[in-house]
This record gives sequence, structure tokens and C-alpha cells, in this order.
Amino acid sequence: MAERRTSRRTARAAEGGPPARLAVRKTYKLYLGGAFPRSESGRSYPVTSASGQHLANASLASRKDARDAVVAARKAFGGWSARTAYNRGQVLYRVAEVLEGRRAQFAAQAVAAQGLSPDLADRVVSAAIDRWVYYAGWTDKVAQVLGGANPVAGPYYNHSAPEPTGVVAVLAPQDAPLLGLTSVLAPVIATGNTAVAVTSETAPLAAVDLAEVLATSDLPGGVVNLLTGRVPELAPHLAAHADVNALDLTGAGDLAVELEREAAATLTRVLRPGPEAGGGEEAWLDPDPGTARMTPFLETKTVWHPVGV
Amino acid sequence: MTFEYAPAPESRSVVTLRETYELFIDGAFTPAEGGEYLTTVNPADETKLAQVAVAGPADVDRAVAAARRAYETVWSRMPGAERGKYLFRIARILQERSRELAVLESMDNGKPIKETRDVDLPLVAAHFFYHAGWADKLAHAGLGPDPRPLGVAAQVIPWNFPLLMLAWKIAPALATGNTVVLKPAETTPLTALAFAEICQEADLPPGVVNILTGAGETGRALVEHPGTDKVAFTGSTEVGRQIARAVAGTGKRLTLELGGKGANIVYDDAALDQAVEGVVSGIFFNQGHVCCAGSRLLVQESIAEELLPRLKARISRLRLGDPLDKNTDIGAINSAAQLERIRELTDTAEAEGVQRWSPECALPGSGYWFAPTVLTGVSQSHRVAREEIFGPVLSVLTFRTPEEAVAKANNTPYGLSAGVWTEKGSRMLWTAERLRAGVVWSNTFNKFDPTSPFGGYKESGYGREGGRHGLEAYLG
Repeated sequence: MAERRTSRRTARAAEGGPPARLAVRKTYKLYLGGAFPRSESGRSYPVTSASGQHLANASLASRKDARDAVVAARKAFGGWSARTAYNRGQVLYRVAEVLEGRRAQFAAQAVAAQGLSPDLADRVVSAAIDRWVYYAGWTDKVAQVLGGANPVAGPYYNHSAPEPTGVVAVLAPQDAPLLGLTSVLAPVIATGNTAVAVTSETAPLAAVDLAEVLATSDLPGGVVNLLTGRVPELAPHLAAHADVNALDLTGAGDLAVELEREAAATLTRVLRPGPEAGGGEEAWLDPDPGTARMTPFLETKTVWHPVGV
Repeated sequence: MTFEYAPAPESRSVVTLRETYELFIDGAFTPAEGGEYLTTVNPADETKLAQVAVAGPADVDRAVAAARRAYETVWSRMPGAERGKYLFRIARILQERSRELAVLESMDNGKPIKETRDVDLPLVAAHFFYHAGWADKLAHAGLGPDPRPLGVAAQVIPWNFPLLMLAWKIAPALATGNTVVLKPAETTPLTALAFAEICQEADLPPGVVNILTGAGETGRALVEHPGTDKVAFTGSTEVGRQIARAVAGTGKRLTLELGGKGANIVYDDAALDQAVEGVVSGIFFNQGHVCCAGSRLLVQESIAEELLPRLKARISRLRLGDPLDKNTDIGAINSAAQLERIRELTDTAEAEGVQRWSPECALPGSGYWFAPTVLTGVSQSHRVAREEIFGPVLSVLTFRTPEEAVAKANNTPYGLSAGVWTEKGSRMLWTAERLRAGVVWSNTFNKFDPTSPFGGYKESGYGREGGRHGLEAYLG
């Protein structure tokens, strides 16, 4: 949690007495290839609470960071997509377990950073934990729901199954930094894709805290890469990047159409912003989002084989 | 040359046995009202492991009432996501206690620790994990927009995979919102009772899972109890028929997973070493106590002379002995009664002129043991080719054409499993299309996964367990 700069202890110090103990503040950095580097640009930007108090400085990711993130995501794709669906489910469930253990931290963060009521913050964190469990359950079911045997009119075995499309660039919702981010990230990686996500610009701290959860949940480095910074600066490069297979435009705002055009150059798959895209965390509370956020990032592979002695 | 192995026993210290185990009803352990107990022994040395309560009709009443109450007041009303989280918890505890449960299963059942540790327990946890994820996704399962649970399920399971069969029964039932009363087999009740403790450890609401131990009479009282909505049974075809008769006219839903006489077809183009491994594990896995065992080897005539010596050489390398030894391939036969049945059926084969072969194989002095056995010169009319032996006995038949292979494979009242060994994909698919069996393995055998439906054609029962298809058995 980002500690407020005017906490009681520092206030006491200002009155002249030494603080009983000085809090150690966290440096918020990017999450890239399983590590926590600063932006290669050396830039950062101030993050404030809902009421305008300074909370921390977040790394301001550059286009070079975005390119590095795509490289990391591509590198991780082979291994992650080759894991069994069962294993991916175990890892996603582990994310929920670790997140549950840190729920107080995330709830306090939501209250401080977004000004949520403690009640709503608690609901949001619970929903975020449950969302990881939800998609953990989808990993080994999505193929059974979307795939199957095709009764072709001839002596052929014919079967279709979904496969992950590859590297997905995710523009996370701007006003739903934890549950919204979880809701767009988990479905991407559940099916074996890897992700480069641009977090909420104004409230990026929950994303970096979430990265710490991901980093300690047996999720291989590079499967999720989180960039804090500005969508207008990063998104065009990701949309046009030839090694990005799909683009989630949820947090694109006014840029959505322009980015969709950029994406057309390499026929990058595009998920347009949905009705919840501009909403706050409350907009993401539906406990059963179904397959709608998975199918845009899946290819269907059909295999034919003759039948006969 | 022979390889000598030093003993490598798995420690029993991870298991703490109690002298006496009671019934698990409504979240608590409670004595049977009749005060009767049965003894469960270690089939590897005939030592007593524990005494276990025998549930009578009054106990069945109590358990069904508890399950009904839990169904109506808690379980059917709970959001699927919350039900799922209980199952995830159970899956995690099963993973955490897997070594203890593997050793306990080997002690009570007689199967090698290698199998309980590497097959049974991983599959048990995976089965709960998989079904946990379904609990809040039932509307996506293709069974209608709002599938509903049935109510209280009466479940009776066999002794060959005690905890795995429990998982196959309880995980889908709970995920779909039903509550259960389950009766484990009389010779292997202990892991089911350990599972009852796990339900407590997971804070599962009382009455959602009830475990009644006992023998056939307990099972009969349970499946005939009017207060249940669903009966699920895994066991012999004969008992399956009795249950189907008893359920007729009651409106209860029924699924049956019964016997088998699986054919393992080896074509002349098969990779022989791979086929030998598959045929051996297909029949000797779990001492052949497997309903889907490949108990009939159908080998193409042109390669029979080449295959059989390789098969016998491989079987001669199997290690029979202490189930808790990590090098053991073949453990003990589960009970004296089962041993007697295997002996009786195999003896009839010899009397009918079938050639019998077993490797040189010293059997331990106490416990129930049967050497791996191969019967050759078997024809389709021999009892050993028609009846399920449920032991480490392989009957070998030959065929000349694919059509003949299929005809022979299907010439059985059963239809649970089959194997096809060929390097040619189109021939494999041609054969699989014509086999009247619920599971067909190709170039592998005895593979199980929670996502994969399992169940039989014909007199091997009806209904499927596992996968998306298995959910249907518990939804209305």
C-alpha cells in the first residue's frame, strides 16, 4: 500500500520530535519478463490519491519498454502455451491464494488511491480474488466448450480445438485498476496467451502490487508484463507492433478507432471496448463473464484425418 | 540375468490408524445404531488394520435426512462460485495429504505404492480441481441455460480404486449442487473415512457429504432408500442389474459403471515394443483389478509368434511383492474372495484345454497373491474370454483381418474399453469407429483424466463420469 506522505508519524516529526519509526516506502516499477525494472527512460510520474495527495512516483514506461515487454511476452509464450491446461489452472488458482493473503493491503490501497468506501474496496478485492479462481476453472474447460468433433460428410475424423493466439497487448481499464485489470488480464493468460498490459495511468499502484502477487505465484516470468504510463504514448506502438497478435482496447478511450486502424496493418486481432470499459470497479462485478473475453484471443485449429483400413 | 533390488519400502509413519472408525453423518463421526463392526485387513499380510462401523437401515435414514437438510438449507442455495471454492479447498488438502493417503490406500487395498502415489492420488486431487471450476460455469456446459441439481445422491463404489472412485462420484455431484451419501467397499473403507476428515478440515457444511461404511446390505439399503434422487454405482454388472431393477419406477436417476472385458487389438504394423508395454500395463496395472483392463489380447496372426515371447519376457521382469515397496509392480489381490474367484476362473481355462503360463515368481507366504498369468490358445467361447476375471490374467486370441478383429473385440456383452495398436492413423480411426466401447485407447492404455468422459456401452453400464459429459449425470 502506498503510505500517505502526511501520516501521523511524519506529522509528529514536523512538530519537532523524532518519529518512533520511519516507514520504508516502496518504489513502484514496471513488471517486465518476471523482473521489476525501472523504465529504461529513467522517467517517472507522480501518482496522487483520489483527493489529490501525493502517494508515490510510478515508472513512466517508454516505447522501448513496450518493445522489451513484447519480446519478453513472446519469449514466454512457447513455454506457457505448452503447459497443460490443468497446470495453468493450478497457477491461476495460486494467484488467488496469494492475493487472498494480501487482501488487506489491496483493500487499503483501493481506499487510499481511488477513494472507495471500505465496504466497496472489500467487495472489489474479493471479486478480484474470485475472478482468478473463475478463470483458473476455465483453463481446462474452454476447449471442451468451444471445441469438438465435426461430423463432416465423408470418411474423415475432423476435430476443432481452440489455441491461444500469442502475445496480447491489453489496454487495461483506466478507472478500474484492480478488478478491471484482473478481469481483462486473467482471461488472456488462462488460455495460454502471454500479455503486455498498459495499466491505469492515474491509479497504477494496484497493478504493481498485483505484479508482486503474480511474481510469487509460480507464474513464469514474461507471461504477464505490466507497463505503467500513458496509453497515448504506448498504445500506438503496441497496436502497430508486428509481433503482437491481438489487442484489447478496453482502456483505449478516444483512441480506440485509431488503434484499431493501426492494428489492421498486421491483421492484429482486436477486442473493442465493451460497455464496462469506461466504468469504475463496480462495472466489473459480474461474477460470470463467460467466454467473451477469451474467445477474441483464441484461434480455432481443425484437424482432418482419413478413416479406413 | 536377473536384477536384484534392495527393499525400498515407503514409510508407514505418515499414517496414523485408529482402532475404530465410525460413520460420518451430518459432519460428525457417529457410531452405527446396530453397534456392529467389520474388520478391514491389509491384503498383503492379512493383518488387521482397523474395525469399521457397519451402517444399518436406521443409519441410512439418518444420513439421507442429513443430506436432504444440507441440500435444501445450504448447498443448493449457495452460489456456484462458493461451492467451487469448497471443492478447490478439498483439492488442495488432498494434494497436501497425498503421501499419507497413498500409503493408507496401499495398506488397505494392496496396490503398489508406485500406483497410489503416481496415479490414484494425483488423479483424485485433479478430479476435485477440475470439477471445482465447473461449479460456477454449469450454464456454459451445453446442458441448457439453467441446469439444476437433482438433490440427494446415493453412491456406492468398489474396492479397486477406493479414493479415486470416491472422487469420481463426489466431485461432480457436489460441483453441480447435489449432496451425497456414499458407501465405500467393505474391504477398502479407510481412505473414504480419511476423506471425511478432509471435509471437516475444509469446513464443508455438515450433511453435504456423508460416508456410510458397511457391506452389501448397507449398499442395498442405501440404493433402495426412497429419500434419494439419484443413484450412482460402480461395481459388478450383476449388482448393477439388481440396482437397475430396484430403481425402476422410483423416478430416481441412475448411472452405472460396471464390468468389462476390454480387447487390446495389436495390428501387424504396430510398434511392437510399445505395444508390449501397453498390453502389459493394460492388464497388470492394479493387479488387473480394473474394469477397463485390456484382459483380451487380440493379436494379428502374422505377428503372434514374434509378440508372445517378447510379452512373456516383459512379464518375467515384473516385480510382485510388498505393495509399499517402491519397486513393486504387482501388489496383493484385494481379498480372499477375489483371489478365490480368479483361481476358479483360471482353473476352468486349464480344464478346457487352454495353455497357462506364469513367470517364475515367488509369492509371499501370507496375504493374497496371484502370479501374472497368460492364457494362450483361447477361443471366444472359453469362459476366460467371456467373463470378467478382475485379476492379473491375460487371455490371448488371434485374428487375421481388421474386420475379424472388430468382430471379436465386440463379441462380448461388455463394452467399456478397447485398445488399438497400429502405426497407421486411418486404420486406428476405422477400428475405433467400429468398436462398441465407451473408451478407446490407441497406442496407449489405461489413461485417465478428469476432463475425459469415462463409461461403457452395453452391459458395462450407462452414463459417463468425467469431462463435460459427466456433469449431465447430476443435473436435471
